[in-house]
Amino acid sequence: MRAARKSYSVAVPAAACANKRRTLAVGVLLGGLLLPGALKTAAAEQLAPFEIVGDAIPLALDGLPGDAERGRVIVLDRTGGNCLICHKVPVASEPFQGELGPDLAGVGGRLTAAQIRQRLVDQSRLDRATLMPPYYRVDNLTRVAAPFQGKPVLNAQQIEDVVAWLATLKDQERP
Amino acid sequence: MKGWRTGLAIGLALAVWRSSPGLAEEASPSLHPATEYLSTGMKAEQADLARNRGMLWVDQGAALWRQAQGVAGKACADCHGEAEASMRGVAARYPAVDATSNRLLNLEGRINQCRTTRQQAQALAYESNELLGLTAFIAYQSRGLPVNVATGGPAQPYVEAGRKLWNERQGQLNLACAQCHEAKAGHKLRGDTISSGVGTGYPVYRLEWQGMGSLHRRLRACQLGVRAIQFDQGAPEYLALELYLASRAAGLPIETPALRR
Ligand code: HEC
Ligand code: HEC
Repeated sequence: MRAARKSYSVAVPAAACANKRRTLAVGVLLGGLLLPGALKTAAAEQLAPFEIVGDAIPLALDGLPGDAERGRVIVLDRTGGNCLICHKVPVASEPFQGELGPDLAGVGGRLTAAQIRQRLVDQSRLDRATLMPPYYRVDNLTRVAAPFQGKPVLNAQQIEDVVAWLATLKDQERP
Repeated sequence: MKGWRTGLAIGLALAVWRSSPGLAEEASPSLHPATEYLSTGMKAEQADLARNRGMLWVDQGAALWRQAQGVAGKACADCHGEAEASMRGVAARYPAVDATSNRLLNLEGRINQCRTTRQQAQALAYESNELLGLTAFIAYQSRGLPVNVATGGPAQPYVEAGRKLWNERQGQLNLACAQCHEAKAGHKLRGDTISSGVGTGYPVYRLEWQGMGSLHRRLRACQLGVRAIQFDQGAPEYLALELYLASRAAGLPIETPALRR
């Protein structure tokens, strides 16, 4: 409930990239607070704690602001997120877009940023049989290859960046 | 008189049939060999043995079949004669549980068992041209015959183990074989169309490999894709999976040597 009310992160706008100065200021401000947590993360690959409210994760992971431009790069990157193996995005220049999951054009209109965050973190909590991989989960996985063991597919910052970009995809139309 | 009655009866029967729910859903999904999803050009190339690149390995296997090997100085042909007769239908029955050792053997395993015990030669390595050639040559003798593996008796626990692996989510991407090859068969995954995953054309010539490869090499590629720990070629897990794939594929024709993208 506490998380549901503090819903400022739900509306993380795509314009985060234009706010480098503010991001920096916040970073410096929170630096002292976050440092112990950051060290722990590095040592044990621990995930940021999060709270699920309904079908959404209202608060940004680790309170990190998302950068939509970086998020776009992650979504299009064939070696990282590799989202395009399953999804289409409204980027006409990208060849070989996927068809196993829903078209992500308009996803920012269908879903809130908080709902998108939940689907990225672990869609299987909403649909046990889902094909959509859990991008921010390290437990209850079987035979994970050595280089990926104990690591989520995307880290907290990358999740927030992807959420920020997807939230901008309000338009169902394709370019 | 009779005419309208018959008409009514057919009409009623149709109405009942059309309104009975779930008919289509209940029918077991029909499986297709991956060949059906190939481009027309590749399909034609696979069918035309003069152009099928896998035939290079089949020919190499044919030569090895007649070559004396190992301390025993015997060739496969010395025990089995003409492969066209003695090996016809064999690949359609494999993997199979070996009666003496009670172990599950695929074709590669059987070939190596003959090599080590009868020819007293060294086992051939997976993905060596020799093993690919002999396997392709023997499977080629069953080209067009329906897959027909034994699934009961001593084979049953292996089928069950394979089925379990097939349905188990694995790897960092947390996907099961069934999720792609049952739920999404016929859909595009990048340049490929996901097939039913029956594996009835192996060893295959794959463009991406620029060469021939075993079924287990293909399974390693699928496990790599979901970021899972890959089993070794010939591992018990893959043997069980191979048997389960063959049990699903019952009735489909052997296509060795098939071509793949
Ligand atoms: C292996 C296939 C696969 C991959 C890879 C994949 N997804 Fe998905 N995704 C799906 C499927 C299928 C669904 C539909 C939800 C369901 O079936 O539970 C989905 C649902 C979603 C949704 C909800 C869409 C809606 O309209 O409800 C979002 C957002 C999403 N994916 C984003 C991503 C992003 C971003 C990535 C990469 C970082 C990604 N997905 C990678 C298969 C995939
Ligand atoms: C993320 C999707 C995905 C998963 C999960 C997956 N595969 Fe595949 N598999 C593919 C694609 C794509 C191909 C190449 C196209 C084709 O032939 O289906 C393929 C090919 C195959 C083939 C070769 C078919 C042929 O005749 O050439 C077999 C057999 C197979 N997979 C079995 C498996 C098994 C067993 C597993 C689990 C260990 C598995 N797959 C997991 C996507 C997947």
